[in-house]
Parts: sequence; C-alpha cells; structure tokens
Amino acid sequence: MHDESTAWTLIFAAWLVASVSTLGALFFGEVMQLPPCVLCWYQRICMFPLVLILPVGMFPFDRKVIRYALPLAAIGWPFAVFHVLLIAGVIPESIKPCTQGVPCSEKVIEWFGFVTIPLLSVVAFSTIIALLVLAHLRGSK
Amino acid sequence: MKQKTLFIAAATLLLLGFVGATLVYKSEKVDQSAQRAELNGNVLVRMHSPTLGNADAPVVIVEFLDPACETCRVFYPLVKKMLAENPDKIRLVLRYAPFHNGSDKVVAVLEAARKQGKFWPALEALLAAQAEWAPNHTPQVALVWKHLEGLGLNLEQMKADMTSPAIANVIAQDLADARTLNVTKTPEFFVNRIPLPSFGYEPLKKLVDNALKAARQAK
Repeated sequence: MHDESTAWTLIFAAWLVASVSTLGALFFGEVMQLPPCVLCWYQRICMFPLVLILPVGMFPFDRKVIRYALPLAAIGWPFAVFHVLLIAGVIPESIKPCTQGVPCSEKVIEWFGFVTIPLLSVVAFSTIIALLVLAHLRGSK
Repeated sequence: MKQKTLFIAAATLLLLGFVGATLVYKSEKVDQSAQRAELNGNVLVRMHSPTLGNADAPVVIVEFLDPACETCRVFYPLVKKMLAENPDKIRLVLRYAPFHNGSDKVVAVLEAARKQGKFWPALEALLAAQAEWAPNHTPQVALVWKHLEGLGLNLEQMKADMTSPAIANVIAQDLADARTLNVTKTPEFFVNRIPLPSFGYEPLKKLVDNALKAARQAK
C-alpha cells in the first residue's frame, strides 16, 4: 500500500511537470504570440496529451497509465534533444527538417545566456521519463 | 481523498498562475506599445499619407492597412461609419502595411489612383473585390485592373505612375514606420496616438468614444 501511494505521488509529479510545460508552451504561443516551429509542434504532440492521460490513471489509481504515458514522453525526448543540438549548431543547417515558416534553429528566448525553450523541453521530458520509470520500479517490487 | 484535494489544488494553482501571468504580460505589453507610440509620435502621421475627414478634427484615427488583408476589408466600413456618425470630429489617416507578399504592388496602384484624385473610390472598389484579385491570400496585381474600370481612371497613366520612385518611397517609409511602432498585424489602429489595448471593433469603438468625449470636455 505504501508503494502504491509513492507511485501515485511520482505520477502526480510527472503530471505537474507536463502541466507546467504545456501551460508554458501555450503562454509562449498564445500570449507572447511566438509562432511554434515544426519541431516544437512534434514536442507539443507528445507533451500535451500527458496532461490528460496521467490524471485518468490517477483517479482511481491505475499503474497501467505508466505504460500509456511513457511512449509519449520517450518519443518527445529525442525531438527535444534534436532541437537543442540544432540550435547549438551541432547538427548542421542542411539536415534541419523545417525550411518553411519559422526556422527551428532560431532562438526566440535565451534566459541567463543558455536557457532556450527546447532546453526546457529536454529537461521536462527527461524529468517525466525519470519519474514514470521510478513509479514503475516502485510498483514491481 | 487527500490525493484528490492535492490534485485539484495543484490544477487550480497552475491555471490561476497562467491567467495571472497572461494578465500581467498583456498589461505590460499595452504600456510598452503606448510608450512606443508616445516616443515615436512623429512617425505615426506622415505628410504623404491619404486622409479622410476634417483636417482639424479633434480625434485622429491612424490605421495601418493592407489592401489584401481580409480583416482590413471588414473594418473599413465600420471605420467609415464612425466617421459618418461624427461629422467633422474624426480624421482617418491611412498608413500602408502591405504584409502580404505582392501587396505592395497593389498599394502602388492605389497611390497611382491617388494622383488622379480617386484614391478612396479605388480603395473601396479593391476592398470590395478583394477575393477576386487576391485568391488564396495571394495578391496579384494583374487582376486588379478590371475592378478599377468605371471609376473614370486613366489606367494606362496609372501603370506608368505606379513604378515611380516617389511611390516606392512612400511604401518603404510606411513599412519602416510600422516596424518602429511594432505594427506586425493589420489592421492596427492608433486613436490620438493611443494603440488599441486589445484587438476588435469594441475596443476601437470605446477608444474613439473616449477620445470624442475628451474632445467635447476640452471645449
């Protein structure tokens, strides 16, 4: 029973991270009117559903939700990493997937000299994956 | 039960935080654009701009307009109605913001019509027929001419005039001023130098009504 409640708390924490990320993305896009580039959209596709799926598995608690949520986070993560590498210039311009609209290599926000939106995305996806994996391990003991 | 309370509290806090941040951001934005308009008052109105209404009117509406912009087409009759309802009280100053690709050529056509004293009829004819010369939001200057027939314009003369450097300068100046004033969307309105706090007909009407009231009280 104790493990169950720890697992719930970990999933709740993952939901918090997903919700903050989602609201943050909506703030950048809808309030600050920064147009999202193609890579941003793929990351949004993986992030936004977590806000809805996780609570469905939290009330009543169903640990299978980890199985449903983890693939989303796992697919979003490489997009975010790719995006960061693109901005850092590690991946050359020529293989960037978006040529129309907003260029993905554009830095629209840079806090403290290194925090960009894709970096926040990598941190969020990594945290969500870690929390969900932890929650899974808690229960399988 | 405790978990549910925690979840609802967290969700409420997150939403409140989002709404709060939005309100703060918007109000700062309005202050900023008001300041920008205040600081750059000299670029808001240029001598070259087409105007409508009494030159000494107490209320001046500056509109940044793109002839290919659909919302500009929708707003045009509403603004004209405001002018008609308050004769001699409102002056409309048009600035060009041809953000659609190819729209600058249509502006050049309008400026050429202005040389023949038919700017406003030409503008109205083109706005009315907007869908036909700008299919799929792509302005095509070759398609505008037939909509200008019947206005008594010398179209051959216009085709020669529209390439003049003076007209190109007017468009370049207006675009530069739009950038200075951070006008990124059309239509954008300034009423006695005050930018719209939020976009829409109601905010514009309120701003104009307030300016009219202030003008009456100043007398």
